[in-house]
Amino acid sequence: MLLPLMVGLGAALGAPSRYLLDRWVQARHETGLPLGTLLINLLGSAGLGLLLGLAAGGALPGEALAAAGTGWCGAFTTYSTFSFETVQLARQERLGWAAGYVALSVLGGLLLAWGGVEIGLALA
Amino acid sequence: MTGGRVLAVIALGGVIGAQARYGLTQLIPSSPGGVPWAILIINISGGLFMGALMAWLGRSGRSGRLAEPHPLIRPFFGVGILGGFTTFSTYSTDTFQLIDAGRPLAAVLYAGLTLAGALLGVVLGSRLVVRAGEH
Repeated sequence: MLLPLMVGLGAALGAPSRYLLDRWVQARHETGLPLGTLLINLLGSAGLGLLLGLAAGGALPGEALAAAGTGWCGAFTTYSTFSFETVQLARQERLGWAAGYVALSVLGGLLLAWGGVEIGLALA
Repeated sequence: MTGGRVLAVIALGGVIGAQARYGLTQLIPSSPGGVPWAILIINISGGLFMGALMAWLGRSGRSGRLAEPHPLIRPFFGVGILGGFTTFSTYSTDTFQLIDAGRPLAAVLYAGLTLAGALLGVVLGSRLVVRAGEH
């Protein structure tokens, strides 16, 4: 009963913080890349990696991982907007930007998740 | 339209989407280092719903015979529910954990299948809405 509550609590903050950060970034940068979502997904991947590393090292209780990881990081990051933006770039015939956006998101997210886990394990 | 109302519906939608995601991962559990089927299904279906939603919003915005969509629809369903439902952070950490478990092929297949499925989902979702609007 407690875990779903923690997930909800984290998500109630994660989704609005994505909206605010995306608007803040998009208002300041005019590039072909959806920089807001890219930054959000990279930050969230690093953050969840860190939390998982801390939890694996026994330094983070399950309730905190549910709130900050499953709830906040999960709702902060988004795959639906990422895939929609990629298709939009392809529809505008900016295939290079679309491929670059996918590569930066997927490979960057993977590397940052890895780094986050290692740092979390070292700190725990 | 105040910013407070937009943020409130995004928070509410985010909670609904995240609860649905959490519920599905409980329903279809994955072992550590195993393929996270629930998250795969979530991220692919999220692409489908997002494609449909954006096509529907674009269509009703242009067409004279349809009412203008309510300005809170996109924040609630798109930013809130679908944003809270789908997740990029778990996609990244699950891919890393598959590699870490010594299953690099499963990691590549999981990452590739999610990506291809979500992109096809967006295209398919938007086509379904456009086609439904022609009849």
